[in-house]
Parts: sequence; structure tokens; C-alpha cells
Amino acid sequence: MDTLKLKILELMKEDARRSADLIATMLGTAEDEVARAISEMEADKVIVKYATVVNWSKVDDEKVTALIEVQITPERGRGFDAIAERIYLYPEVKSVYLMSGAYDLLVEIEGNSLKQVASFVSNKLSPIDRVLSTKTNFILKKYKQDGIIFEDQADDHRMLVSP
Amino acid sequence: MIKDETTIQPNKVKSMQDYLAPAVREIKPSGIRKFFDLVSNSKDDIISLGVGEPDFSTPWHVREAAVYSLERGRTKYTPNSGIPELREAIADYLHTSFKVKYEPSNEVLVTVGGSEAIDLALRALVTPGDEILIPEPCYISYSPITSISGGVPVGIETFAKDQFKLTEKALRDVITPRSKILILCYPSNPTGGIMTYEDWLPIAKVVEENDLIVISDEIYAELTYGQKHVSFAAVPGMKDRTILVSGFSKAFAMTGWRMGYACGHSELISAMTKIHQYTVMCAPVMGQVAAHEALTNGLEEKDRMIESYNQRRRLIVKGFREIGLECHEPQGAFYAFPSIVATGLTSDEFAQKLLFEAKVAAVPGDVFGLGGEGFLRCSYAYSVSQLNEALERIGKFLRKL
Repeated sequence: MDTLKLKILELMKEDARRSADLIATMLGTAEDEVARAISEMEADKVIVKYATVVNWSKVDDEKVTALIEVQITPERGRGFDAIAERIYLYPEVKSVYLMSGAYDLLVEIEGNSLKQVASFVSNKLSPIDRVLSTKTNFILKKYKQDGIIFEDQADDHRMLVSP
Repeated sequence: MIKDETTIQPNKVKSMQDYLAPAVREIKPSGIRKFFDLVSNSKDDIISLGVGEPDFSTPWHVREAAVYSLERGRTKYTPNSGIPELREAIADYLHTSFKVKYEPSNEVLVTVGGSEAIDLALRALVTPGDEILIPEPCYISYSPITSISGGVPVGIETFAKDQFKLTEKALRDVITPRSKILILCYPSNPTGGIMTYEDWLPIAKVVEENDLIVISDEIYAELTYGQKHVSFAAVPGMKDRTILVSGFSKAFAMTGWRMGYACGHSELISAMTKIHQYTVMCAPVMGQVAAHEALTNGLEEKDRMIESYNQRRRLIVKGFREIGLECHEPQGAFYAFPSIVATGLTSDEFAQKLLFEAKVAAVPGDVFGLGGEGFLRCSYAYSVSQLNEALERIGKFLRKL
């Protein structure tokens, strides 16, 4: 990928709401060039979606997130992919990763309550053929996500004027 | 036995002012200080463009190295000129980055910030009455510390039309038989001006012809955009006449650590080390450890910070031009220096009105000496959203003027 696109991605990763005009100014390039690069990356699914990082603990209807370690028996010819697909199609599932180490898949589930997540694991996930075991880890507190630290660290401790 | 307070005669001391050294008494408080007080007294909802320091925190691995070193109990004095591994790292770094070669054992001195290095150089060199030549607008300290050392500061005005470069003619115009030292600060605080190799050559000629010593404050050396910084010490024949002063504050976001250094001719460094050892003994050990970590493992992080300043530089310069303020393109440091002459106000009036009416703090250019009147120093070491908000406020303010 060319450097311009990489730089655009870095700037949009910091703040997805930055306009093509602003990005072009910051990178010292033309606005239409930036707009074209963004469209291309959207078309190529390099940019998949524009999302918002939410600190749910600051909102009343707090979400419950669990990371579930899943051991599975891989399927002949399709390895882990078929089961991974069965799992990631559930809307409760936020992410699925194939892992090296003691288990095979790491599945991130988001629900409105502990009960809802537990019920998903016991009723939907565990009964899937070839799922050997699950181990559910609830996230108690998020300190940092996607490179963003959740605690208020934004205070500027500098003096208002200095030499 | 406790002394009876009534026996102390309060009238004996006429005025403490009478006791002060004349050189200190006569120094005016810095214009930045005055403006700082004004800003601090009207704190609410102010967006500041007034700081001369990075908005990044010191990179974590640098802080962590200092913490780890403290945990292991490294809390003792160090050699006067600094821990050997740091001096070596500094020498390597200057050689790799700016093509100037120093011998770590006797040509490098680690100081408490670049400011101490400049003070040491002046105290080591100045005989009362010597003239110290200072291109202005410039960092606010050069002139007062020159006076404290007994020297006579002589400003050399530089101009926006020359991108605030020092020209051969301007330098020649101020030289007298008493001229001894030239203090350079490029990339420049407050103008963002830089000097290229071609710009330096005629200056070096004048320096040689007039047998001047140069104190070259290169604290912003890393922060250039487009052209790489050229150290004055790297100009042929100039190394032995130059004390290269730099530090970790700006490029490595380490202002509060007060870590700086001076490099130069061994006899000069040795003279400066004498003063250093009798005044501060050595720079703090934890700062030296952190600085060593920054130089050995922090160069990538430094580059990322510089890229980010560059993006914001483009943003603020374009922003000023769009709202109608003339602004030369700064090639270094992290300041924009737009002209406010068109408004008919003085720098001080403009900055004060801007502060009280638009709630934006920026430093009036006149505090930086000759040539600063009519300008405003605006730091762009702020987040993109803060810069946009500040530009919007300044734009609105200008339309109402």
C-alpha cells in the first residue's frame, strides 16, 4: 500500500470524523487525492466500517463483555473455518480469533447482562458439534481498548504560557 | 535563649533593592512572565497557543527506565560531566544525525537543561564589556543572561521577508572591536526560521574574520520539516569556534527533566565544567538515565512526534492564511509567527484583546526582542481539535475588529 494511504489510515484511526479537507491539509496534499484514496480503501474493504469506541461503564445500561476460550475439533478439509463461521454469525459475537496455545478460538461476546451471556454460552455455543470445551472470562473493567486509554488522562498539565 | 524581637531594628535595611547586584536589578521581568500572569488570572475556558513545550508525555519506556533505575537505588552523584554512557550516546547521535564528531571524554558536558549550558558558556567566556551578538526575535533568555554574565547584549534584527534568517550584512553591521560571541538559535523559537548550509557559509566567513565564538542553541534541531537541520558546528572550520548546545526537552518531550548538553573545544568544555561542578555538581542521575534511554531506544518515537507536529504545522499555517493573517511558513520548531500588523494593533494590544475577547492565549511577538513587534507567537503543540477551535475563535475575533 502506498504511503499516502497509510498516513490517511493513521489519521482516521485517531479520529474517523476527520474530513478529507482536514486530512489533505495535515498531509500537505490535495483534497481530491485524499478523497479518492479513501473511496478506494472503502471499495477494497481496507476501511471496513467507521465505528465509535464507547466507554460503556459511563453509560447506565452497561454492557457485559466476555472473552470465551473455545477448544474445538477441526473439520477435515476445512480446518477451523467452518466452526468459526457458525460461531461468528451469531449477532451476540463481537469478534472471533483463531489462536495458538492452549485453546483454539477466542470469542468475544457482548450482552446486556451476565445471565444473557451465560445463556448464550450454554445454549448456543457449547452444544455446537466439535466444540469440546469453553472457558468463560468476564471482563470486569476496561482500561484500554483499541489504543485508547479509558481513564481521563486528557488533562493538559502544561502552564498556559511558557518560554 | 530566644532573642527578644523588640531588639531587632527594622529600619536598618533601607530597601532590599539596594543590596541586589546591579546587573540583576536592572533586568526587566520577562514579557512572557507578565503575559503568563495575565492569562493565569483569567483562566476560564481559555484555549492556549502559548506554550513552548511538547503536548506529548515523555515516552513511557523513557520514564520506565528512570523508575527502574531508581528502584535499583541509582541515586548517587555522577561524574561532573555526566555518566560516560550518556556522553557517548550524545557523541554518537550528533555524529550520525548532524555529522559533527565530538570526543565523549572531554568535548561533551551534560547540563541541567540547555539553559544551564548557555549560562555556563557565557560565564566561561565573557569579560565584562564584551559584546554578545544576538539575532532577534529570539528565545527570551539570551539577553538577560548575557547581562548577568557582565556582557553587553547587541540585538540583530531579522525579518519575515528573509524568513527570519540571519544575513551576512545584518551581522557585519553590528560588529565592533568589542564583539566576542554570537548566539544562534536555529531552528528558531519564536519564528520557526531555519538556516541552510548555504545560509551558514557567509555567516561562518564573518565569524572567522572577526574571530567570534559562537554559542549555537540547537535545541529544536530535530524539529525541521522538509530540510534537515544543519548544525553550525558542521560548517567547515567552525567546530572549534562553536559551543553546540542542545537537550532532550523538545524532540523527546522531556521538558521537566531539565536535561541538556554542551559540546565543543575541550578547553572550553573544561572551563564550563569547572563552573558546573561548583554550582550544580552534576545533572540529576535519574534524568541522565532517562536521557540515555531516549537516545538509545527512542528515536522512532521521536520521529512519530515530529510527523505529528508537521501535520499540525500545515494546519495552523493554512488556517491563519484563510482567516486573513499573513504567516510565513515556519520550517522548524513548533511555532507559527503570524503577522498582526494589518490589524493596526501592537502585538501586546492584540494579544491582550485576543485573550480577553476571544479567550485565546498566544504570546505577543515583542517580548522576543527586535523584529518581534507586529507578530504573535503561536505554538502548535496542541491537538488538532484545539487548534481548529483556536483558529475559529481568532477568525471570529478578527472579523469583529
